[in-house]
Amino acid sequence: MTTQEIHGILDKYKHDKTRLMDILYDIQHKTNYIPMDKVDIIADELNMSSADVEQTISFYHFYSTKPRGKYSICLNNSVVANMKGREFVAQAFKDELGCEFGEVKDDIGLFETSCIGMSDQEPAALINGKVFTNLTTYRVRELIRDMRLGMKVDDMFANTFGDSMNSSPLIKSCVRNSLKRTGPILGQEYIPGKTLKKQVALMSPQDVINELKKSHLRGRGGAGFPTGIKWEFARKAKGEKKYVFCNADEGEPGTFKDRVILTEKPGMVFEGMVIAAYAIGASEGILYLRYEYRYLRKYLVDVLDKMRKNNSLGKNPGGIKDFEFDIRIQLGAGAYVCGEESALIESAEGKRGEPRNRPPFPVEKGYLGFPTVVNNVETLIAAVRIIQNGGEWYQKLGTKESTGTKILSVSGDCLFPGIYELEWGFTVRTLLEMVGARNTQAVQVGGPSGALIGPEQFDRNVCYSDLATGGSMIVIDNRRDLLKDVVLNFMEFFIEESCGSCVPCRNIPTLLKQKLEKILEGKATNKDFDDINNWAKMMPINRCGLGHTAANPIITSLKNFRHLYRERLKKDIEFESGFCLDDAIRESCEFVDRIPNI
Amino acid sequence: MSKPVIATTSLAGCFGCHMSFLDIDERILDLIELVEFNKSPIDDIKSFTKDCDIGLIEGGCCNTENIHILKEFRKKCKILVSFGECAIMGGLPAMRNDIPVKECLAEAYLSGPSTVNEEGILPNDEELPIILDKVYPCHEIVKMDYHLPGCPPRADLIWEVLHALILDVDIDLPYELIKYD
Repeated sequence: MTTQEIHGILDKYKHDKTRLMDILYDIQHKTNYIPMDKVDIIADELNMSSADVEQTISFYHFYSTKPRGKYSICLNNSVVANMKGREFVAQAFKDELGCEFGEVKDDIGLFETSCIGMSDQEPAALINGKVFTNLTTYRVRELIRDMRLGMKVDDMFANTFGDSMNSSPLIKSCVRNSLKRTGPILGQEYIPGKTLKKQVALMSPQDVINELKKSHLRGRGGAGFPTGIKWEFARKAKGEKKYVFCNADEGEPGTFKDRVILTEKPGMVFEGMVIAAYAIGASEGILYLRYEYRYLRKYLVDVLDKMRKNNSLGKNPGGIKDFEFDIRIQLGAGAYVCGEESALIESAEGKRGEPRNRPPFPVEKGYLGFPTVVNNVETLIAAVRIIQNGGEWYQKLGTKESTGTKILSVSGDCLFPGIYELEWGFTVRTLLEMVGARNTQAVQVGGPSGALIGPEQFDRNVCYSDLATGGSMIVIDNRRDLLKDVVLNFMEFFIEESCGSCVPCRNIPTLLKQKLEKILEGKATNKDFDDINNWAKMMPINRCGLGHTAANPIITSLKNFRHLYRERLKKDIEFESGFCLDDAIRESCEFVDRIPNI
Repeated sequence: MSKPVIATTSLAGCFGCHMSFLDIDERILDLIELVEFNKSPIDDIKSFTKDCDIGLIEGGCCNTENIHILKEFRKKCKILVSFGECAIMGGLPAMRNDIPVKECLAEAYLSGPSTVNEEGILPNDEELPIILDKVYPCHEIVKMDYHLPGCPPRADLIWEVLHALILDVDIDLPYELIKYD
């Protein structure tokens, strides 16, 4: 890449350092990596230090300072992928390419990546940002052959595209939406712009907020903060400008509902943002789209263009006077922690996605220091329905404390994985029956940060006051070794995804994973159990939700599946180090050419 | 009744913790009244001559000799104390843990900028301890009963702990003893 090209990209973003994510994205996209010798130029031109540019690059999985090949394959390594035979697909990639993961061979790079939101169609991989699902060893050989022939990634698809809009010329992807059950939010007909023009235009901002409050809608990202109250805080907050963010950075392994909503009802998501903007008095909106979903970007940009033409965006959306609002799409670059709202804002400002200290909350000081509302994709479409049908209508759905419906991403060992919209308050057992699950050993409710529960808890209700979930439901049947296949993988996920800011989050998951490995080797004693329980107590002092929950896979499995740990325990022994002297000296003996004499 | 017996050693440490031990100053005279020393650099007894009550371990384990001595201490001492940062977490020597041991040896003996070793001789005499793949904290090798933090632990802290262990009384740990700056 020439210096001139770099200047071209910098000019495109007006030398604005808050757009560093986009600048790096464009460079990475063009050359498949970000050359270190260009970092200084970027830093100089943006009037920042090279270290600041470097730390943003090094934070995100999909930026690289080393060449990643003309084709860069990122194979998902989530629990569900493993259940669906990832092992064989991974081996096929390695055999065909003749290299290991993390290496580039013949201009084709092979990498691992965390959950890419395709849990209902695993194993799946991203190749140059395009999604390839339901991979088999046969398909792997085909793909590698095509790459060796220099084929364009777009031409490497088989003849069939996915269902619904996935086959549209703007997406052209083999992804399937698998809408298995829709309810009042996803199922009802949506007429673009109608709610905004016919209803919101006749309401005051406070009316909108009141309607939201009446509905008792709570944030659908997982934390469950009441949406109406959030909007009211932002409305009352003082600021020259205000922002509305849509959080489409769903990185919780096993969840993919936002991907489906954005494909099925993108206009409704954006209309939700317009309504939020009107309610709080915002003029700009940002959809933070996770990198893994960048195959949807063109399609979403087109929806935005149509909305501008239809008077639903831009100057006086819906014909509302003194109201101006537009939306841009901000791409992420691969970081689970950016799903946390303040980390997401940091990332959108071009920085490392590290959660901020609170207070101040984003509703007071958010993006660029201005009051900012961050809402989940699902929350925003629910808000549109609430305005359309009234807060009272919504409040009657679900249970008293958890009103409305929940859109679930179901994956794992069941006959019909996919999207299910259900009113809050259903039992896990009902859901399992619905999705065709048999011999179920456990369900991971709410992804790794949630809870692993067993059959004796299948009659619990899924709602905020009992079993809360951001939407991920992973079904695990009795063929699986829970500790080895599930818990260990989740711990590796949290270790990989910690931003490293808080000490307990940076260290304890690693220590707990070592303990778990010791347990799996049959070398653990009671002392190791005590250590796990004692160390995990430190997790609540971390700054963000990721840190608070990063030990949950071990804590909840230890609580609900204690027998699995117990049966691997070394009994009648007080201490077992797990240390192996032969292993510890092998390497140095080899190097100095010495026969061990211990 | 015979006096309690103390043994001490420095593994992969810098002897700083032992220096801090000597910083209990004149209280060492009180200590001598209370205890007897066995294997320790303080009295220069090289090998255990009897079973001991308390063993103080400075430093982590970076080679086979450290492992051997630590295991011997575990056998001979009723109570083992990790004494200082290196024993507890590996400390400065553990900074090499992110680097493969082969690279460390190559840098030290072959390619380092100040290295003169034209024949490329590597330390492989069988008399030498073998270096481990990384530096291990003591509790990853044997069971440790107590951990005394600090780099080094303050003399007052060492005194308080020994005092409490010897007389079997509760330990007094005011904030000043365990703060580090």
